Amino acid sequence: MKRQAQNEMTIQFLSRSSNEGFARTAAAAFLAQADPTVEQIYDIKTAVSEAVTNAIVHGYRDGIGTVKLTVRLFDDGLAEIIVKDRGCGIEDVHRAREPLFTTGGAERSGMGFTIMESFMDAVTVRSRPGKGTTVILRKRLTSRQPL
Amino acid sequence: MELQYEVREGRLTAWVSGELGHPEAIRLMAELGRMLEDHLPAEMALDLSGIDFMDSSGIAVAVQTMRRCQGCGCRFWVQGVPKQAMRVFTAGGICRLADIRPEVKA
Repeated sequence: MKRQAQNEMTIQFLSRSSNEGFARTAAAAFLAQADPTVEQIYDIKTAVSEAVTNAIVHGYRDGIGTVKLTVRLFDDGLAEIIVKDRGCGIEDVHRAREPLFTTGGAERSGMGFTIMESFMDAVTVRSRPGKGTTVILRKRLTSRQPL
Repeated sequence: MELQYEVREGRLTAWVSGELGHPEAIRLMAELGRMLEDHLPAEMALDLSGIDFMDSSGIAVAVQTMRRCQGCGCRFWVQGVPKQAMRVFTAGGICRLADIRPEVKA
């Protein structure tokens, strides 16, 4: 059964690089209501930046499309972030998650998924070639202030 | 992102400030490449003490600049790396390949 989020937000934006900073800042600002630590906020900003950059650089490598960012916060402090594009998709998700794998040339390190996995508790990737990619990031936030 | 640099006694030091994501990294790689070609320094320091945020795009900047430096016999290191950026470099395993340090070399 699908869990009900305590709070949720969704934004949509064009796959322009100038929106990467906006997306990570928006996710972090929304989750600030859970009073996470500074380190947790940086972890989320970093992972969101990687997922959104992948959508922009790889998903829509041949043009401009729409990226959808959903952020959910649950009662137990779980943060769930979904980055979805309808771009070209990933042929081999397992290979794409390997360190140093990139189709983006010298401007990309091929470490995007490695960073997401290091900074979040769980990373799920669903993709279909020609249909798009959905990345789900999950992290349990611990409040700085005891309630 | 802002970039300033100085060349003194054969060392090129480049100071980066602001956020270092994908669009900034593309610009930074081009600028650093141009600096290397123009000045042909003996050593090059990339100083990140002024950055507020960095993702894996910063790894690409460090790796590409390191390779360019190796190609022209120039010693390269990254210094003044803030805690968040150091976690990105460490998670990416780049600290085994390049000289990445939190402190600033005198």
